[in-house]
Amino acid sequence: MVSTLSRSGGHMVSTLSDARAVAEEVTDPELPMLTLHDLGVLRGVRVEGERVVVDITPTYSGCPAMAEMRADLITRLRAAGYRDVDVRTALSPPWTTDDITARGRRLLAEHGIVPPGPAPRRAPGPVPLSLGRTAPAVSCPQCGSAGTELVSQFGATSCKALYRCTTCREPFEQVKAH
Amino acid sequence: MHEDENAYESLSVAHGGEERWAFGTGFDDPLAGVDAAIIDGVDPAALGRECVALGDDALLVSQRLAAWCSNAPELEDEVALANIALDLLGQARLLLTRAARADPGLRPPDAPAHIPAEDALVYFRDASAFRNVCLAELDDAGDFATAIARLLLFVTWRLAVMGGLTASADPVLAAIAAKGVTELTYHREYAAGWTVRLGDGTDYSRGRMQAALDRVWPYVDELFAAADVRAEFDDILAQVLAAATLTRPSPVAALGAGRRGEHTGALAPLLEDLQSVARADPAATW
Repeated sequence: MVSTLSRSGGHMVSTLSDARAVAEEVTDPELPMLTLHDLGVLRGVRVEGERVVVDITPTYSGCPAMAEMRADLITRLRAAGYRDVDVRTALSPPWTTDDITARGRRLLAEHGIVPPGPAPRRAPGPVPLSLGRTAPAVSCPQCGSAGTELVSQFGATSCKALYRCTTCREPFEQVKAH
Repeated sequence: MHEDENAYESLSVAHGGEERWAFGTGFDDPLAGVDAAIIDGVDPAALGRECVALGDDALLVSQRLAAWCSNAPELEDEVALANIALDLLGQARLLLTRAARADPGLRPPDAPAHIPAEDALVYFRDASAFRNVCLAELDDAGDFATAIARLLLFVTWRLAVMGGLTASADPVLAAIAAKGVTELTYHREYAAGWTVRLGDGTDYSRGRMQAALDRVWPYVDELFAAADVRAEFDDILAQVLAAATLTRPSPVAALGAGRRGEHTGALAPLLEDLQSVARADPAATW
């Protein structure tokens, strides 16, 4: 749908593609090298009459960045002239790291954060226990060594695991498959 | 002073208002824009009760885990426990908000009108109105093995329950459960990993872990009064205990009945702490 909206400046020029372009440039507060689109949390942008409606989905249930994302989207869209902005939560289907775009994965790697592997595919029924047996091999983003060890599945933010390299001894983070 | 020199000023200027005084403040409705309609065949009162019970469980385990911040044996474990607490708090917020949407009568009548339903439920109910299982409220008294034993039993049970609820007739509860399953899988691996590390460690660590398991075991039977997930719970626990060389404690008849509001003495002091600020200044906002 494409519609004409009145801008606060007075011109009547704006379209859905413009609103989408503005929303897609908003970055994630915790991984600022990624846009919300790269991270896969921006589910949709649409125009309903005079209103721009943006759907976002939380990464984790307790993600404290949701309020920041909402505020940033509203601020940026208002600055671009959209006075009536509604940011809504979309819960289903749940976010997965498979929603991170190819560009997002490249940018993570460029910033020294290992991108996630494929999210676990779960069969119906009880979730099996792994007891650490299924931790995937991760190469060090600093020196490329395959000699790395998991320090903790819970890093500085919920979405990241903490590793250390046994070759160059440096710690590094990975966005964990989710 | 220039606004750039004052952290508070620059944050509130950059983020448009006093409620955004720090990262993560200015809480907003966790179900904003989610269709709150109750579909045919779902009893709103029963849905509300179910969501309050599951929300209270998550809230109180989250609060107990938060007490480990600055007290865990290693920095990485403080971060891990805080992350798990944050996930559970997020689940609690979604569930309590869903509960009050389904059944607005759940909102405590004496809660200040300006606070959202989730806060009204958390801060303005007394212990007898909480519906969490007693396992969630137990005081681990700063004993790390006890914290791990409770976490293992709790998340193993909760993962089984949430797995079933992904097929709930209520699409909102089903979506909350689907998010929770992925999170709880990581929580269970964490708790199982520490149970094995302590149980299969030294004689001393094994003794402490076994004692902790024995201590929390009397609160296990209560978990299965409402949800028939005992087979999954027993299967997962058998795998962990075998790897940890620990002994499954003998069956004990349920000690608590938290789903009926019959709690242990540990709940009231926990709530007193949790609710102190909101009750001292009912006009407060955050």
